[in-house]
Amino acid sequence: MGVNSDPLLGGEGFLTTTIEAFANWGRKNSLWPMPFGTACCAIEMMGVFASRFDLSRFGAEVARFSPRQADLMIVSGTITYKMASVCRRIYDQMPEPKWVIAMGSCTCGGGPFDSYAVVQGIDEFLPVDVYVGGCPPRPEALIDAVMKIQKKIEMKGAPVV
Amino acid sequence: MSVDLEPVINSLKNEFPQDILGVKEYRGETTLLVSKEQIFKFCAYLKDELDFTFLADLTAVDYLEVKSPRYEVVYHIHRFGPECEENARIRVKAKVSEDELKIDSVTPVWSGADWLEREVYDMFGIEFIGHPDLRRILMPEDYEPFPLRKDFDVRNREASKRSFEKALEEGAD
Repeated sequence: MGVNSDPLLGGEGFLTTTIEAFANWGRKNSLWPMPFGTACCAIEMMGVFASRFDLSRFGAEVARFSPRQADLMIVSGTITYKMASVCRRIYDQMPEPKWVIAMGSCTCGGGPFDSYAVVQGIDEFLPVDVYVGGCPPRPEALIDAVMKIQKKIEMKGAPVV
Repeated sequence: MSVDLEPVINSLKNEFPQDILGVKEYRGETTLLVSKEQIFKFCAYLKDELDFTFLADLTAVDYLEVKSPRYEVVYHIHRFGPECEENARIRVKAKVSEDELKIDSVTPVWSGADWLEREVYDMFGIEFIGHPDLRRILMPEDYEPFPLRKDFDVRNREASKRSFEKALEEGAD
């Protein structure tokens, strides 16, 4: 990316960049999360969205309850097998490019629920980008996860169609 | 519970002399063991004549290798008094054997029993005769095992995975 502010241009100047770098810069700073909250972690996630921790500082405050308008799925809470097919379908409905955060011990590996009904980690059926441990994790930990997603978008990006 | 349940039990004993198999009192809680053939009439009498209008809970216990017959269906029934201290609660149990996993539904008596009986059916496989809509309530409908039975391995996720994969395929259309 280059900046040209030659006075010959009247002081207004212009940027040179690639379409990919520009699109990914936009993506990383305007993540639209799809909150998939099923348990107590969802309360902590709401705290992250609210004013005290304020995820909007990272451009990610527009929680979209429609998967078709979202590009970041935050799975927070115990996922049972009965819920897993719903979770997978909602993920499938999100447009590309998309990212997934597994928030809390339950989504990372089943947490305390080593039982017949609970999925032992949502990576059994979803591609997870960032895992956040904790029961529930502190809001700072989720903010850190969002920042890691931003870093991932910045470094690896996603193709521009 | 400070209410004296003596008149209630006497009235029940009069009405069902053959069918009350036992009365237990423990720490102020009264438990009646009733033969399962009469459970519907028994519950209807409790509600209509003795004013036990509220079914607080309906569940079951699996006494595998502990008791025979293997299952007990448990009813917690409540009567509201005019004052809070006059509330009364009674526990009714009926034994259900493994060979005949059936008991009469009490949904016609207390409509609140509907989902409770469905849950017992879901978890233990006990069939409730006369239930209006006996389907699984918590587990997926095509799930086969009954997970709260003592001989079910609680960590066995195979059946859940099968239901999950089937739901995925059906959702893909």
